[in-house]
Amino acid sequence: MTIHLENITKVVQGQTHIFETDLILEDGSFYVFLGVTLSGKTTLMRLIAGLERPTSGKVVIDGVDASRIPLQRRNIGMVNQEFINYPSYTVYDNIASPLRIKKLPKAEIDQKVREAAKTLHMGDFLNRMPNELSGGQQQRLALARALVKDTNLLLLDEPLINLDYKLREELREELTEIIGNRDMIVVYATTESLEALILGGNTVVLHEGKVLQSGPAQEVFHNPASVQVALTFNNPPMNILHAKIIEAGGKRQALLADGTEIFLNGYLKEVPEGDFKMGFRASQASVYKDDENDIPVEGVVDLAELSGSETFIHVLHQDVALVIHEKGTHAQQMGQGIRFYLKPQYLFAFDDEGKLIAAPPV
Amino acid sequence: MARIDMQGIAHSYIANPSSDEDFALRQLDVRWLDGGAYSLLGPSGCGKTTLLNIISGLIQPSKGKVLFDGKDVTRQIPRERNIAQIFQFPVIYDTMTVFDNLAFPLRNRKIPEKEVRKKVGETAELLDLTSDLKRRASGLTADIKQIISLGRGLVRNDVSAILLDEPLTFIDPYVKWILRRRLKQIHEQFRLTMIFVTHDQTEALTFADQVVLLHNGHVLQQGTPEELFEKPAHTFVGYFIGNPGINLMPCKIEGSRALVEGASIPLPETLAKKASQASGRLQLGIRPEFCEPASENTEGSFQANVGKVQNLGDFQLVTARVGAEKFKAKISIGERISKGAQARFLFPENHVQIFENEKSL
Repeated sequence: MTIHLENITKVVQGQTHIFETDLILEDGSFYVFLGVTLSGKTTLMRLIAGLERPTSGKVVIDGVDASRIPLQRRNIGMVNQEFINYPSYTVYDNIASPLRIKKLPKAEIDQKVREAAKTLHMGDFLNRMPNELSGGQQQRLALARALVKDTNLLLLDEPLINLDYKLREELREELTEIIGNRDMIVVYATTESLEALILGGNTVVLHEGKVLQSGPAQEVFHNPASVQVALTFNNPPMNILHAKIIEAGGKRQALLADGTEIFLNGYLKEVPEGDFKMGFRASQASVYKDDENDIPVEGVVDLAELSGSETFIHVLHQDVALVIHEKGTHAQQMGQGIRFYLKPQYLFAFDDEGKLIAAPPV
Repeated sequence: MARIDMQGIAHSYIANPSSDEDFALRQLDVRWLDGGAYSLLGPSGCGKTTLLNIISGLIQPSKGKVLFDGKDVTRQIPRERNIAQIFQFPVIYDTMTVFDNLAFPLRNRKIPEKEVRKKVGETAELLDLTSDLKRRASGLTADIKQIISLGRGLVRNDVSAILLDEPLTFIDPYVKWILRRRLKQIHEQFRLTMIFVTHDQTEALTFADQVVLLHNGHVLQQGTPEELFEKPAHTFVGYFIGNPGINLMPCKIEGSRALVEGASIPLPETLAKKASQASGRLQLGIRPEFCEPASENTEGSFQANVGKVQNLGDFQLVTARVGAEKFKAKISIGERISKGAQARFLFPENHVQIFENEKSL
């Protein structure tokens, strides 16, 4: 199955929820919709599922305008943030319910239910009621119900968000294996950039109702098309500083607001003269100088967050808030001056409008 | 402000508890020092909220005493204890202005209006809310609403402690950064005892000077974030803290080395001695962060089969196998390592732990 969103928009009471979007979802592929709350992830999913109609443009499924296919004839599985199961049915009957609606033979239902339960480690709980399950088990049950249908399209709308942190980590890993080799389109919505990297597949970055960029996860991560993509696809968000490119003595250099000079080599040589925005990931700056080309920059410690294995140092540099991510524990006094180092081989350059000019080679 | 002592606290929601299983909290002693930043960390159902409600007085414990600065408050109702509590959802009045919301707890206590204005002004200044004071709360974002909820606690002079019950659950990751930083700054400014309840290790570890890890109604470990990360006292602590958690592999001890399937891993002398005298079930533990790629001639290294290799931006997460035992290693991006290959690894002695029946030796 191929789904083509042909220049669709969605306007609700004069407010545009989805700006013109053209997107193709292909069979056997996995898509992660990455964006903050209200960026349009859920609306886009509902449009794909046919639960809502686009204001303009159309959703085309295998060449057929989806508005002509009745909802019950579309073979779709959907799992939401809330655990939605039938409270008065056992786990077994919950999983079996979509198959019974399809009127499959009893033996086939039994086989499929047991198979789906096994995949999701629910085999031992078939006789329990949903309220006797933990949150993680309830969400697994909802997943089992969606998977048992052998759908062509599975929509997962932040399915892990209401689970404990550790459960989330485990179920996320299982998901990659469960979904990994299925012949269907899977769409997964999340607000977390690390989740997009772990799940892999294609990342579609959404912001304020617009698709900013889409492509293989690693490609988008390493070549964010704009500042906004770089902010969304990094946690902590990518650090951004204003800079100016000047030509001095035949050498090209970037000048930061405080006068710090950075000589530009390699992939940064082509950045045109004038104002630009310089980006660097929190993990690509350090309070240690470990290379002679590292560039010292001065700032003031706003706060150090220690987590036992790593430290996030929040720094103010010329009134711009930056985050430096260090391994290990590094206590820092609030309000104290700090020198940190930028690595010229890991700098991103965006133009004044925020469009990517140059990204470090991978 | 107060030091809070919990002595021999146990709690059951059942009228006549008969076994250990009937208790949500099972016999624990915790001291919360005045002005400390604490996290109470554990999975759903571990007893976190029960413990918090015992501090605030919403629940009377089945056993044990609660002392504020040495004074027994076990039978006192919440209002007498002067605890401020922040919940998952901001509890503020949407129809009121930010000023009236902050003033509410003071006006409730019949504090003169002049004093109210002064206190609200000061608190708003410290919380960066001055420019919002005249706005109605309904139009504000969730993170600012949480700051206002907190402000309603801080505005009182006499508050003994501030309890935060998963206050970041419904905040976007992008904004979580900002709010987490604000909470930490507020603690530095006010130096009030703050207890932050969460199941999220990042929130817990970054907020607290001291973390109390609760599991099945027991305190498994209390210590600094660094202590819990580097020396987990129990396998559950090792698993629960860290992303992914600690690697655990059944092992045997032979001389000064631990044997995991085919791999022979050197141990520090004192640990090897303790482990060789242990009679329980032994597991070797090492954090993915401490597993190092090694070469042929690295002393103490061993060979493993490389499974999955994931590039997660800041590092590569490698899943490797010795015999039937799986472990994960966080390896730097520059390191070349590929799926299906054989590679050598080193578990540095000072980071290897041995657990006997789940407890660290």
